Amino acid sequence: MGVWTAYFEYLSVGIEATVVVWTISFISAVVIAFVVGVVRFQQVPVLRHVAFVYVEIFRGTSLLVQLFWLYFSLPLIGYSVSPMTAACLGLALNSGAYGSEIVRGALTAVSRDQFEAATALNFNSTQTLLKIVLPQAVVEMVPPFGNLGILVLKDTALVSMISIADVAFRAQQLRTMTYDSANIYMVTLMIYFTLALVVMLIGKLAERYVKPSFQRTPLLALGAMR
Amino acid sequence: MTDIIEFKNVSKSFGTLRVLEDFDFKVRKGEKVTLIGPSGSGKSTVLRILMTLEPFQDGSITIDGTSYHQPGGKGPFKANARHLFDIRKRVGMLFQHFNLFPHMTVLRNITEAPVSVLKLSRAEADERARELLSMVGLEDKASSFPAQLSGGQQQRVAIARALAMRPSVLLFDEPTSALDPELVGEVLNVIRKLAAEHDLTMLMVTHEMRFAREISDRVCMFDRGKIVEEGRPSELLVRPSHPRTVSFLGAVLGEGVGGLGDDGDQADPARAEKPPGPRGDTKLFAAG
Repeated sequence: MGVWTAYFEYLSVGIEATVVVWTISFISAVVIAFVVGVVRFQQVPVLRHVAFVYVEIFRGTSLLVQLFWLYFSLPLIGYSVSPMTAACLGLALNSGAYGSEIVRGALTAVSRDQFEAATALNFNSTQTLLKIVLPQAVVEMVPPFGNLGILVLKDTALVSMISIADVAFRAQQLRTMTYDSANIYMVTLMIYFTLALVVMLIGKLAERYVKPSFQRTPLLALGAMR
Repeated sequence: MTDIIEFKNVSKSFGTLRVLEDFDFKVRKGEKVTLIGPSGSGKSTVLRILMTLEPFQDGSITIDGTSYHQPGGKGPFKANARHLFDIRKRVGMLFQHFNLFPHMTVLRNITEAPVSVLKLSRAEADERARELLSMVGLEDKASSFPAQLSGGQQQRVAIARALAMRPSVLLFDEPTSALDPELVGEVLNVIRKLAAEHDLTMLMVTHEMRFAREISDRVCMFDRGKIVEEGRPSELLVRPSHPRTVSFLGAVLGEGVGGLGDDGDQADPARAEKPPGPRGDTKLFAAG
């Protein structure tokens, strides 16, 4: 156990970088997901095609390659980016592409009846989207977004490849110093798992927040949690 | 009285299926009209076209002075946004499944459109909503959510919600078909009250024949996209003349040849032993 504590102290320096990369890229991903998902759902002329190409490119290629490309190729065409910018941009664009399908799927799942009722009450399409459809769809989006949040957290480990000193980066450093891989990666796993638990809890809180008050269950009624 | 609704040579098809063909139809201001007929006969389509939920191919429609049509008669219907806004301002609709907004309280369901669309102040909209809620007998449910209400209560909220937009035409698309039989009465009572107290033009698709007879000025029998017979309910429902109306009413009322009001003395012997339904004005015919 003593060695674990020592390893934890070394690795914990990387937690800040992991949390910063996760926070910036996940929040950006959610914003991108809403914009792209709504554009595709509303079939906005021209933009919908741009959105389609974006989603398919970023879903269809490797995140690691995207990170390398942003970090090493952009400078060649005149845009120099810091490792942090490349890391957050890469993760945000990649997860935003996945998230946009969550948004589009949830919007599509809202019943046609709701659109008809909105039309009968003379709401225009923007009002229908903002007041009727999105509020209902958001409730359905929160659990898959919680899932995406955990996936993004685990993907942040890849940014160590472009020299961000996150938890995974510190683990590699430690390994080259001690060669005690089993114990190092055990502690690393526990750190990621603990962070994932925090993300999960945020997800549960968000799920609870978006439900109408009469459907809310007490937070600690674990059995009632979905 | 002047006509508030006019269909002129309207044709409508879903793909290759012709639903309405060269359809002409007029409704006077304040008139209560019931549309009856088998499912697929086009009666709901008439309401949905009026509410601008469905495009149509040929002909023109006039609602309270606003006309629109499809020039050339080809391609999907494209009235401009102003047209659609004007029509929707005059027309309200009630749906078989109520279509309340599940994420809003009852009060919010009623006030959202007056505030967003008619630009009423929140306070004014709330006040009007509470008056409407007491009219439908649900003043104590203002802060409930739709999921906490029975079907009958939900449909009454939907009625209040439609009335809050002050329409001149109100369309009812089988408003009681999705309800438990014992909840039908409370909704019909509200509609009855509306029919008596308001100068609303009402178009209703229903299978509640006794109710139709009671509140409507005119009943139109639809078959395959055409009105095959129309007239006062006391005539058409009691002594139908068109063979299609005779067979339809026979099937719906579970009686023989005679229409509503007959005591079954002319009943088809094959149906004679069939017991009458538990009550006259409940759902007698399930729409397919």
